[in-house]
Amino acid sequence: MKPILEVRDLAKKYRIKHLSGGYLSLRERIRSVFTFGRDKVEDFWALNGLSFDVMPGESIGIIGRNGAGKSTLLKILSKITPPTRGRMVARGRIASLLEVGTGFHPELSGRENIYFNGSLLGMKRREIQEKFDEIIDFSGVEKFLDTSLKHYSSGMQLRLAFSVAAFLEPEILIIDEVLAVGDTEFQKKCLGKMEDVSKSGRTILFVSHNMAAVVNLCKRAILLNQGTIVKEGAATDTIRHYQSLFYSGTISRFESSSNRDEDAYFKIIEVAVTGEQPSIKLDVKCVIASTRYHKEAFLAFDISNSIGVAIMQAIPVMEPFIPYSTYPQQVEVEIDLPPLIPDSYKVSVWIGSHNTETICWLKEAVGFEINTSPTQGRSFPHSHHNGFLVPPSRIVHGKAVH
Amino acid sequence: MVEQVEYVVDANRRKLFDWRELWNYKELFYFFTWRDIKIKYKQTALGFLWAILQPLLMMLIFTFFFGRALNIPSQGLPYPVFVFSGLLLWNTFSSGLTNSANSMVNNAQIIKKIYFPRLIIPVSSILVALFDFLMTFILFVPLLFFYQQPVAWEAILCWPIALLICLVATLGPGCLLAALNVKYRDFRYVIPFLVQILFFLTPVIYPVTLISHPVLQYLLILSPMYAGVELFRYPLSGAELNLTFMLISLSSGIILLVIGLIYFKRTEYFFADLA
Repeated sequence: MKPILEVRDLAKKYRIKHLSGGYLSLRERIRSVFTFGRDKVEDFWALNGLSFDVMPGESIGIIGRNGAGKSTLLKILSKITPPTRGRMVARGRIASLLEVGTGFHPELSGRENIYFNGSLLGMKRREIQEKFDEIIDFSGVEKFLDTSLKHYSSGMQLRLAFSVAAFLEPEILIIDEVLAVGDTEFQKKCLGKMEDVSKSGRTILFVSHNMAAVVNLCKRAILLNQGTIVKEGAATDTIRHYQSLFYSGTISRFESSSNRDEDAYFKIIEVAVTGEQPSIKLDVKCVIASTRYHKEAFLAFDISNSIGVAIMQAIPVMEPFIPYSTYPQQVEVEIDLPPLIPDSYKVSVWIGSHNTETICWLKEAVGFEINTSPTQGRSFPHSHHNGFLVPPSRIVHGKAVH
Repeated sequence: MVEQVEYVVDANRRKLFDWRELWNYKELFYFFTWRDIKIKYKQTALGFLWAILQPLLMMLIFTFFFGRALNIPSQGLPYPVFVFSGLLLWNTFSSGLTNSANSMVNNAQIIKKIYFPRLIIPVSSILVALFDFLMTFILFVPLLFFYQQPVAWEAILCWPIALLICLVATLGPGCLLAALNVKYRDFRYVIPFLVQILFFLTPVIYPVTLISHPVLQYLLILSPMYAGVELFRYPLSGAELNLTFMLISLSSGIILLVIGLIYFKRTEYFFADLA
């Protein structure tokens, strides 16, 4: 069997010009003629020599840190931007969902938007007509079908958008992180729909930061780093490799520039998960620097999940204990984490002198990943739907009751 | 049932025109045009009536100033008929040109997220102008009756051809400006001036015979819209057409079309990176 998608030596170079504006203006163009192109131009290889095959019916996850080249790869595969080098052969129709609701117009009604968006995604008019009722059913907005989109809530817009996309029937479906939005209930519905799609024999390329979703949906995964493939193989192996590469020892590190407005700020934050499920700890190391005099302060840590839901807050000491100092001060904190389901979590750090007096608040400064289930021997995946904490539980006594 | 499609994206080989692909995407032409027409008249109390009211008001203004106050000759036609017949095509050209020149920038969000032949965007925005032409034409017919203006049978041939010339004249510069606008946003500011200059260089409010300065005359016939407007008026006025002038204007339109399309297609690949 021939692969449905063949990628050979794909590379993409971007020119980073250090211009004042985002786009070229004629003035700059003319100026560069006179300066003989002495503008600072930097070549940046977003992708550099990627080769891989995808077999029909396969679901492949593409993972990597921000800026690893995932989105560029998807853009080339969906023909939005051309490669600088290399080639790609696709043996089937490609539909790409780099965004939900592309082309949605606030002035058009829900019905009109379904038609326009569907057609943009490559559906024929007859196809949309046939699936119209199903799309409406799935989205649950039938009451507002003839209302302008601008009167929809953002959740409703999203549901409508995903519903159109869910009924695409291409041979190859490319999805970029679109599940990272929306309420959990609807997310679960979408993941379920995507599983159906992959079971019906279609090929899926799925980019996500949500490792749990990648494991759920894909057997194989590709790990990108700095525009090249670092690892390719079974999804669980690749994810493990990813964690070990970027999250070993120091899981996540944040460093900030010195010239900040706050009276005190976090110079460095490092977090690392230690121990094994269900008893895990989060080690946090903060280096705090004062820019000018401030009152004695204390720390708080907020932990949220991959979709931004706050899960818990840790305040090691309620009393202010960090005095003003001309030298940076290091504080090490240990947080006992409850048994958490696999997901990527974000840590926001706060320093203040009183619960109403914030000195510096860094939202989602660092993060960590949990990859193993807190429940030993669990083979079915955890879903957000059932919450994020798995408290230890046991049967104390069990017998028949007459 | 399942059609075997094979896409090849190769950094070294690119087709300039893929007509089959354009044909496959034919429905999208319709949807883009339909969307733009819908949006244009959404939340307006008068709706499509605006398509008719705008040229009607322009006709009244021009008739008052140029016909009555300045007494500009009009090839023996009642001035309102003269100016309206010119405005019919001119409005199609000017709104088609302005729409298509801004179309790529206005649809940047879509271009960055979904692939389809980019040519659909400027072409559809010209189709929106064509729709307005048809609406205005509905008003043109009673106007002819009102002034009891005789129409020669040649109109059956001349009018569609004139319209075609007008669309060709719009498409070339429209595509060129659309592509340039993505690269250099300066063109956003150039376009209104360009349209204004072309308006005075096109015999909409005055007959060509009024211009005697030779340089101005050549500038006039270089405008691709010259042939369209003259041909459109021919069945009404019966004024003789200068064949050389017509051919120069026509060639100018076709050369601009070729330049516009080729430039558009050659830069189209990088729209998503530039937009």
